[in-house]
Amino acid sequence: MEDRKKLTRSEKKALKERMKHLKSGKLEKRYARMGYIFMIPWFIGAAVFLAYPLISSFWYALNNIRITPLGRIFTFVGHANFTQILIQDPDFLIYLVDYLTSTIISTPIIVVFALIIAMMLNMKIKGKGFFRLIFFLPVIIVSGPILGMLTAEGAGSISAVDMQAVTAAIGSVLPKIVADPVSDVFGNMITTLWYSGVQILIFLSGLQKIDKSMYEAAKIDGGSGWECFWKITLPNLRSMILLNTIYTVVFISNNSDNPIINLIQESMFSGTKEKGYGYASAMAWLYSTVVLILVGLFALLLASRKDQYEKQVKRAVKARKKEIRDHRRIERRNRRNAARIERRRAQGKITSHTTNRDDY
Amino acid sequence: MLGTKDREGFLKQFTVYALLICIGFIYTHPILHMISGSLMTLDDLLDSSIKWLPSSFNLENFKQAAQSMDFWKALWQSAVIAGVPTICNLISCSVTGYALARFDFPGKKIVMGVIILSFVLPSQITMIPTYVLYSKLGILNTIWAFVLPALFAQGFKAPIFILIFWQFFRQIPKVLIEASRIDGAGHFRSFFKIALPSAAPAFITVALFSFVWYWNESYLTELYVHGVYGQSDWTTLVVQLDNFAANYSSYQQTAINAATNLNESINMAGTLLSILPLMILYFVLQRYFVESIDRTGITGE
Repeated sequence: MEDRKKLTRSEKKALKERMKHLKSGKLEKRYARMGYIFMIPWFIGAAVFLAYPLISSFWYALNNIRITPLGRIFTFVGHANFTQILIQDPDFLIYLVDYLTSTIISTPIIVVFALIIAMMLNMKIKGKGFFRLIFFLPVIIVSGPILGMLTAEGAGSISAVDMQAVTAAIGSVLPKIVADPVSDVFGNMITTLWYSGVQILIFLSGLQKIDKSMYEAAKIDGGSGWECFWKITLPNLRSMILLNTIYTVVFISNNSDNPIINLIQESMFSGTKEKGYGYASAMAWLYSTVVLILVGLFALLLASRKDQYEKQVKRAVKARKKEIRDHRRIERRNRRNAARIERRRAQGKITSHTTNRDDY
Repeated sequence: MLGTKDREGFLKQFTVYALLICIGFIYTHPILHMISGSLMTLDDLLDSSIKWLPSSFNLENFKQAAQSMDFWKALWQSAVIAGVPTICNLISCSVTGYALARFDFPGKKIVMGVIILSFVLPSQITMIPTYVLYSKLGILNTIWAFVLPALFAQGFKAPIFILIFWQFFRQIPKVLIEASRIDGAGHFRSFFKIALPSAAPAFITVALFSFVWYWNESYLTELYVHGVYGQSDWTTLVVQLDNFAANYSSYQQTAINAATNLNESINMAGTLLSILPLMILYFVLQRYFVESIDRTGITGE
């Protein structure tokens, strides 16, 4: 993997060309076969428990399904389920917008918070084990009913901080559309913090993988802690940040506290004529699409591959190429001019000491 | 005061400790609150002068909560429901992760893509057909509804575990396995004798996470194993907690000695009881937990 990364694109292409002429050998074939043998459980599982449900879920979404004593009755309705959800359902769209705003706001908060905690836990401090013990607690405890219980008992917000003052302050600064979700997030501050257990773990393991000598080198060159953070820590953690962001979004979306998920379950088991399995499937598909788009957006935002260093190298290479080009041009022109002078001299138009300016 | 570049100064250290302690308190606050609340009697609860320390340690709440939750049965069943799929997960995900890390085969990238997609996809999308599928297979409301997918590497959050194993097996030097091949070991033998023993940290991590996640999963357990209307005999502590109010009132009706009405304290006691086993597990195993994460690096690229 490591070596492969170092190849440039053109080299890769050349390699591929060469590989085409080579027949894959016996050993390679055998390896591929062994790979498939090891993958058998997953292939079966993916077919039965992933592909089949996905396809039938899509089929369900296009149907109205009623459960009668004789069995399930399918009536094909096309996109009626979807339009009904989008136009008639009173809750779905409202919940969806709520979900989107709160996710977009709280995901960065959770990730940044997890990063800060992980960095503090990675410092040289006394009682590291004890602090880790506390900060990994959420990993164990977070689950639907328990978290719901905690929130219900008023453990979800910081009682010591006067929330009213905070909300008022936010309300006075920001317009109402922005202020409401923001103060909502503040109101559920602790719940938000509780979501960050796994993320802290991931960041911590990432921090421990960073080579210590990099910091030492930076220190020798006179870099401050602040600079080290931006130039060493953050670039090294980039993949972890992406991973954590995706994990957070997925976690929030699949959490059983999520109102949309409750809505889906409700309509799944509701006995009314127009709801039921088909309706719930359509809703799940809509919801999943939104979640996938959200994850994709976050991934696009964070996954820009270009490094600061790479950028500089690229710029330098470009400048060098331009220099070489200029150099060649000048050389060419000199040659041309010299040839012209030679010609004229041969024609006897000019003598040697009047080699003049306008030829140059 | 602020410290030189080599030594961290007093102010900086003080800030770090202060922040850690404050946030640590926020984390532990609900738990402490629950512990103190669960020990209170009704009078203490209503007395506004009592905030943290109850006037007497009252274990009656725990007794009632435990009885209404059917604690011992639920505890045992929770352990089974979390434990058996975890073992299946370990087997199937390690094999899959090994295949992805060790062998090159056509279509590997597609497989990786599908794994990642199945992680991102909300489980609700496949929930309903899966429900129908299980009922067709006749495994609905039995523990097989969790075990069977786990056996085929499609269990709850299995993609993460596959990625952990994949990441870990990639780090094992290829030379090691090639050497064993030269010495005449087959693929399976080199997997069992070389790869598996060196992947112990990955196994611990996956086992812990899988156990915890299965333990805490209330929604799918209720749907597939417990039954939406409680048709099956299977139940877990978390599910019991979810239906705590209903359970409690039914218990109250059947109990001969008039139990007190459901109050906050009993609620807290119930919550505490359902986390307690995990907390104990965590405190006992926390060393492995932290260490194994340091070593595996739960992440991938």
